[in-house]
Amino acid sequence: MVEDSLMSERDNMLARIREALSVAAPLPGHDHATVRETPVLSNIADQRRVLPAVGQSFDEQLVLFRANAAELRADFRLLNGVDALAAELKGLRDAEGWQRVASHGGDLTEAACRALGLPVLLTDQAYDKRELAACDVGITGCDALVAQTGSVLVTSRSSGGRALSVLPPHHVVLARREQLVPDLPAVFALLKAKYGAGYPSMISFVTGPSRTGDIERILVLGAHGPKKLTILCL
Amino acid sequence: MSTAAAQFNQDARRLSADLRHRQTIQTAMGKYEVARDQRKTAFQDWQAARQMAAETKWVAVNHLDRHLEQFVRNIEARGAKVHWASTDEQARDLILGILREKDARVIVKSKAMTSEEIHLNEAMEHAGYEVVESDLGEFIVQLREEPPYHIVFPAMHLTRDEIKDVFQRKLGDAPSNNPEELTMVARRVLREKYLQADVGITGANFAIAETGMLSITENEGNARLTAALPRTMITLVGIEKVLPRLEDLALFLPMLSAMGTGQTLSCYNTMYGGPRQPGEMDGPEEYHVVLLDNHRTALLADAEQRDSLHCIRCGACLNVCPIFRNVGGHTYGTTYSGPIGAVITPNLRGLNDWKHLSYASSLCGACSETCPVKINLHHHLLQNRRNASRQKPSWWQKLAFKAFAPMATRPALWSLVTKMGRLGQKLHGLVKGSRLDPAYAWTKTRDLPPIAQQTFKEWWRTRS
Repeated sequence: MVEDSLMSERDNMLARIREALSVAAPLPGHDHATVRETPVLSNIADQRRVLPAVGQSFDEQLVLFRANAAELRADFRLLNGVDALAAELKGLRDAEGWQRVASHGGDLTEAACRALGLPVLLTDQAYDKRELAACDVGITGCDALVAQTGSVLVTSRSSGGRALSVLPPHHVVLARREQLVPDLPAVFALLKAKYGAGYPSMISFVTGPSRTGDIERILVLGAHGPKKLTILCL
Repeated sequence: MSTAAAQFNQDARRLSADLRHRQTIQTAMGKYEVARDQRKTAFQDWQAARQMAAETKWVAVNHLDRHLEQFVRNIEARGAKVHWASTDEQARDLILGILREKDARVIVKSKAMTSEEIHLNEAMEHAGYEVVESDLGEFIVQLREEPPYHIVFPAMHLTRDEIKDVFQRKLGDAPSNNPEELTMVARRVLREKYLQADVGITGANFAIAETGMLSITENEGNARLTAALPRTMITLVGIEKVLPRLEDLALFLPMLSAMGTGQTLSCYNTMYGGPRQPGEMDGPEEYHVVLLDNHRTALLADAEQRDSLHCIRCGACLNVCPIFRNVGGHTYGTTYSGPIGAVITPNLRGLNDWKHLSYASSLCGACSETCPVKINLHHHLLQNRRNASRQKPSWWQKLAFKAFAPMATRPALWSLVTKMGRLGQKLHGLVKGSRLDPAYAWTKTRDLPPIAQQTFKEWWRTRS
């Protein structure tokens, strides 16, 4: 038909969808379509009622984050001050024999790189991906730590782009205590408040070092991404 | 019987007698069950979470037109190019067109069931591209030249020795059968491919209408690398994957992880909203999103089974299904196996050729009970059976019910037949299970329960 050939595939698909939806479907938990009204979507309070429990106080949430990180085999260290951070990083550098680090601009990351005294590849400037792949460690900031899941929230804006937090074999995250949020509903609210006007092109919850269970369901760390995840929290 | 049904019967017979295969699957599932239950218990109210998730998906799917338009408007505003594909062929042509335009050579892929569905790898390889699956399980089955065994665990049917063998044969590199060493071999091989690849292709778990983002759940970091290193990124996603709002992920991400792999959250849950944005120094310069229909609108038109489009592909129904656990994933001969595959395949690929899958069920309902978005799976299997017999009634069933009806409606006749049945069953005992048995087709693999020695009416009469 002439009309059909003039219609775009987009119009064809939307027309099929509207035609299909002209008959109402039963609501979840009902066998027959009698109700046409739309269920109300969950709000933060609804989600918090069903999701895994998180303590009210900062200390409870910190304990939970630490326990989750341990179970995920991430290395979480709570530090007091920038000097302690520098000492911790030097310890890691010497223990693992870092030669070259990759990082991005920011007060904590810059302080960290100064302390290490190693050549630094910056990924918030144009960089070569093969050079990044040759770095021993990627040091990044983050947007939040999530107590409920033990996750680190990184974005292409806060954490030096898309590749820095996933390509080098060791990912070191630098965070501040006030970045700890209780749960997933809180972290999505934070994302909306912080970036609602223009989201970074990548937002990622990093929950432990890269892993696979594809061979006989046996856990192996470092499938493609970092084998080690260290979270240094001031 | 369709060829698909004949193949199913043949493979099911062979595999359900293969004790080694069953052992491999039971071991893997045993580990999964422990982890899954631990995560489910951590929820304060799992049943309420399921209802909430089901209602959210209901809203998403029952206003699909609105949500898709919103999704497209938002992601295109951020520089992505959205393509609409009604059929598998259109989707393949669209993607091959992008590869040609980009003059691509090496394509790296992260796991996408949609690409299995449209046989994208074959099409790309046929056109001369080098295609590398980057998910470890997918990489292994790609080397073995077989389809994924399970939608979440593609290589769960293989032992470490079999994986070592294929690495030795195809990569010439397998130091031992140790899972860690084997994983590191794959890491080395694939790392180089990532750095060479011109185009990265992914699937997606959720499409967020409100913000125009695609959310990808994974553990290995392979999807993150696929979305970070190549200059062009393509995401092939089914139209039913929409969620209305960004915060809906607060519920769906932990539920998918709990039911899919028994994790609090999978290692990487990542939302992509367009290509590299101004001020960003890496990520693809071009981002193409292909929205795939491929008969999904036919399923949408069936109001009774529309909720099967709520599926988040966690694989939980496969894992609890007594049929799947005995006949295995490859036996189904479909992209989507297990209960959800048995429900949707007849709708996607033709009822007459695929109705046998709806009979491969004990109707125990474990699938419906475990489904995190409350798809009424075992009822849909019955509805498929009903639709199949309406479409093509079976002569012997009609005959059987014609014979049954007069007995069932005449009490005296019923009583006589019951008595004869008891006698008949005694005689049957002499030949039961042998080739002389007239009910051999039934009794060779199943029990025939004895008829009660006393009917209810007989018992009622003997009451003093």
